[in-house]
Parts: sequence; C-alpha cells; structure tokens
Amino acid sequence: MEDHHDNHITSYAQNFKVLFVLLLLTISTILVVKLDLGIYTLAMALFLASVKTTIVLTYFMHLKGEKLILRLMVGGVFLLFAIIVIITFIDYYFR
Amino acid sequence: MNNQVSAEPLNYLNHKTGLWSWLTATDHKRIGLLYLYAITIFFLTAAVLGVLMKIEKSTIGPTIMTAQTYNALFTLHGIIMIFIVVIPGLAAVFGNICLPIMIGAKDVAFPKLNLFSFYVYITGACLGLYSQFANGHSPDAGWTFYVPYSAEVNSNIILALLAAFTLGFASILTGLNFIVTIHRMRAPGMTWFRMPLFPWSLYATAWIQLLATPVVGITLLMVIAERTLHVGFFDPKLGGDPVLYQHLFWIYSHPAVYVMILPAMGVVTEIFPTFSQKPVFGYLPIVFSSLAIALVGYFVWGHHMFTSGMSYESRWFFSFITFLVAIPSAIKVFNWLSTMYGGSVDLQPPLLYAISFIFLFTIGGFTGLTLGAVATDIHVHNTDFVVAHFHYIIFGGMGFGFFAAMHYWYPKIYGRMYHIKWANIAWGFLFTGFNILYFPMFVMGIQGMPRRYYDYDPKFQLGQTISSVGAVILFIGLIAMITNLVYHVRRGAKASANPWHGVTLEWQVPSPPPHENFDEIPVITREPYVFDNPYTKEK
Repeated sequence: MEDHHDNHITSYAQNFKVLFVLLLLTISTILVVKLDLGIYTLAMALFLASVKTTIVLTYFMHLKGEKLILRLMVGGVFLLFAIIVIITFIDYYFR
Repeated sequence: MNNQVSAEPLNYLNHKTGLWSWLTATDHKRIGLLYLYAITIFFLTAAVLGVLMKIEKSTIGPTIMTAQTYNALFTLHGIIMIFIVVIPGLAAVFGNICLPIMIGAKDVAFPKLNLFSFYVYITGACLGLYSQFANGHSPDAGWTFYVPYSAEVNSNIILALLAAFTLGFASILTGLNFIVTIHRMRAPGMTWFRMPLFPWSLYATAWIQLLATPVVGITLLMVIAERTLHVGFFDPKLGGDPVLYQHLFWIYSHPAVYVMILPAMGVVTEIFPTFSQKPVFGYLPIVFSSLAIALVGYFVWGHHMFTSGMSYESRWFFSFITFLVAIPSAIKVFNWLSTMYGGSVDLQPPLLYAISFIFLFTIGGFTGLTLGAVATDIHVHNTDFVVAHFHYIIFGGMGFGFFAAMHYWYPKIYGRMYHIKWANIAWGFLFTGFNILYFPMFVMGIQGMPRRYYDYDPKFQLGQTISSVGAVILFIGLIAMITNLVYHVRRGAKASANPWHGVTLEWQVPSPPPHENFDEIPVITREPYVFDNPYTKEK
C-alpha cells in the first residue's frame, strides 16, 4: 500500500562526520563524570546519551529521509518511554 | 447454512506435504497452525494443572498433593498460561492465519522472520518446561517472580526467567512483523479506515508487544544479574528496592493484559457483524478505542501495587488513570451490542462464544473497578477476588475470544465444518463450568480467602467445593470442544468458501485458502462491512 522507494544514500564524508560527533559526545560523557557536577551528573549523562541516540536515529538509521509520520512514531515511542520513567520517579519523589 | 463443496485445487495444506515442509514452512497460515497446535498442547497441560489445584482445594488439608507441590503447580500453571499460551495466543495463531488475507496480502512482510519467531517461541517454551524439572527443583515464586523472594530462593528461577525472556523475544518479533505488514502490504485501495477491525486490534497489540516487552526482558535480566553478580537492583540487602522491581515488572505486564485482550476484542468485532448481517456499529469509535486502550494501558501499571508501599500521590494517580481505561472498553461493549440490535441474528457457535465474551468480560471489567479504586483494593488485594477478576478478564475474555475465533475461522482454515450441536453443548459446559468455578472466588475473596494458599479456614469449605465442581464441568466442556474440532478436521462436512456469509476478504478466497491467498491482489473500493456484497450470497 505504502510504496516508498527512496534509497537514503548518504556519503562516506557525512557518515564520518557523524561518527566524529558521536565520538566527541562519548568522550564528553566520560568527562562529565570526571567533572563531578553533583546531582546534575546523571542528568547531564542522560542528556548526552539522548543527543547521541537522536543522531544515530537521524543519520545512521535514515530517519532524516523518512516520512513525517514515521518520524513522529519514533518520537512518540521516546515520549512514551520518558513519561513512564517520569511516572516511576514521581513515586520515589513523594515517598 | 450451505455446505456446498468449493472447487478445491491446491491449497496451503496440500501444496506441499511431509513433516519437513511444515517445520520449514514460511506460509503465514501454516505458521499460524504450528502456533495453534503448540499452544493447544500447552493450554491443555496448564488446564490439567489448574484442575489438579482445584481438586486439592476441594477439601480442607492435604487432598492429593503437598504444599510445596501446590506452590510449584500454581507457578507452572501461571507461567505456561501467561507466557506460553495467552500472551502469544490470539495474535500468533489467528493474527498469522488471518491478517495477511484480511488486508489483501500474500503473506506477512517477513515470512522467514515469522518462522524464526515460532522457533524462538518453542525454545522459550521448552526452557520454561525444563526449568520445572532441572536439578530436582521447581520454581515456586509465582508467574510474577516478585523479589526479594525470587532473588534468593534456590528453585531454578534463573532458568524460568530466561524462558520468559526468550518468549518475550518471539513476541517482539511477531509484533514487528505485523506492524510492517499492516503499514506496507495492504491491498491497493485499502486505506487505514477501510481495514477490517481485527487487523486494527492486531496493530494496536503489536505496538504494545514491540514497546513494552523489552522492559520486562531487561527487568528479568536484572534479577539474573542480582542473583549471579550480586548487583543491588531490587534486593534491600544489596541496597536495592523491591518496589522498583514491581514498577518495572508491571510496566510490561499490565500492557501485556491488553496484548491478551485486544485481539480477542478484534475477533468478536468481526463476529458480531457477520452473525447479525449488519455493518459494525461505530467503526471509527472501535478503531480509536483500541488505540486508546493500548495507549492508556501503558500508564495504569501502578494499580497492581497499591499495597506495596508506593507513595500516596502515585496511588491516586494510578487509580484515576485506571478508571479512564473503562471508557474505551465501555465504548466497545456498547458498539458490539448496537451491532446486534436490529440485525438478523444467527445464533451459531462463534456468536455464542462472542456473546459470552461480553458477559464475562463485563463482569471482569466491573470487578476491575473494585481493584482499581485504592480504598476497596486495600481490602481485597491478594485475595481470591483478584484471581476471579483476572480469570474473568483473561479466560472469559481472551479464552472465550480464542474459542470464538476457532469456531469462526475453522471452516476457512480446514475447509471442513465441525458438528454444530456438539459445539453448542460444549459451549454450555464451558460457560456453566466457568461461572461455577470462578464466581464463588469473588465471594470468598471478599470474605478474606487469600490467593495462592494451600489450605484454608473451614468457613471457605462450601465455596471451595463449589469452585472445584465448576473446574471439573469446565474441563469436560474443554474436552468436548477440542474433540469436536479435532475429530472434524478430516471427517467434517466440506465447508464452502463463505459458510457464515461474511464480507471481509478472507471469506472471498476458497476454503482452505491457496498457498499465496490470492491469484491477483484485490483492489479495495469500499468500507469493510458492507452487507450488500454479492460475495455474501453463496455461489
């Protein structure tokens, strides 16, 4: 029903750029732990992990070239996951 | 009913023969049948365990087994029924058999992955059974594997957890396959809102399978890590939190209830229009209520934990969201009844099971409100009331939905018809036995009978005996139903392509369908439940 024949071919140069950014972010994740930001360390590590995930999904998994509906569906999945985590931690906050 | 012989050249049952052709089959219908046979065997095994448990409880004190055996039996009964039978059940069997035909496709999107899912399922099921007998131990932590008990006890818990983990993989792969199939392989002209409602229910289910199952997979691995590496996730002695386990377990296991029940809702939604010869009432509300149940179902898991030490704020939050689930469920019940209203109702066995579904599911739903309200749940939590509610929803809902599907699509699957009167009698035993078995458990639960107890106070003697009698009646009904269906696979009268005068696509192909379903992919030009379709008349 939904024919979709785009090939989403990306150049080696772009893939290497993305790889470089991912490596930088990985190093940053390690540095954040060394910096010891107190209670914000975990939040910062999670933020960096989220940015890396977004980049992987966008470029390596070709979401950039997909239809809006598919991108919304993937975004919806992460939103769902975030809500579930927040609800769980609300319990810990109020206990 | 007209049982004329259809022109029946090669079909999916006879286009290849031999055991190897079945074990390596990639035809979605054959894989569906492989699931059906495996699930039936496991279902009967777990049903026998259930009857043995009820016989044990028919009298006070030891009757036929020890307390430890009883603990092992209810664990095995739960693991088999939940993880091996009910969760994969309808989606794996009838989703596989019917989904591609109903959307006008020749197969699912990934036929080999489909077969792989089946073998992952079988591997998980075998692991689960092995865990019951390896090293002379049987897991006795119940199907919920609550920590800290499951993190400490020496009874093959790791094997049982690995089994559940493996079965989860099969569920994820099937869900993924169905989502891609529905997105990519609908026939030309079959827009989203021309798709029949059983595929819609499978679509909602598949999203739950795909997104919720990994949570329990990770959780079970965390328990294994805790047991083997002593990492403190859940065990307070190691600095963990047992309530976190319950959060993670129910984040999956509550949506899993909708994995069980949504396909059953889809089945009965197909049956009511066919046996009323009337378009389904409120197509769009049924579609959106399925999606709403799937979505809201993600946020209600905490109602299993009202007495676990969760915060007060979380308790009222989960209680409130739980009540919201009642709305889409009630929309469906209203639409099913309205579909029959004013229709030309033909009370055949599939419709009997579908009506029973409404009756039993409604009782299960209303008693669910008792459990969803914090104030009343405190009193009946962990009592037989919960067991009764759960069985009314799962057995009365999914189980009777499964039986309805079996009786509805049986002539399509085998090209033969079962004995109608025999099927009606079996239904009578099943429906009567079911209510005699489970209804007394509501009463005993309110009176304080705890669940999972081997023995009980003498005041529960009458209720327990009545319940045990119900179990035997139910089991007689099961045997009668299965015997009827199995016996007529080869000996039944030949069924025509469309014995029930259905209008969805599966009734437009021969019975049994050919290997790739359609010689030419059909072009869909209108909504799915239009009953002036010339195909509804026997050719």
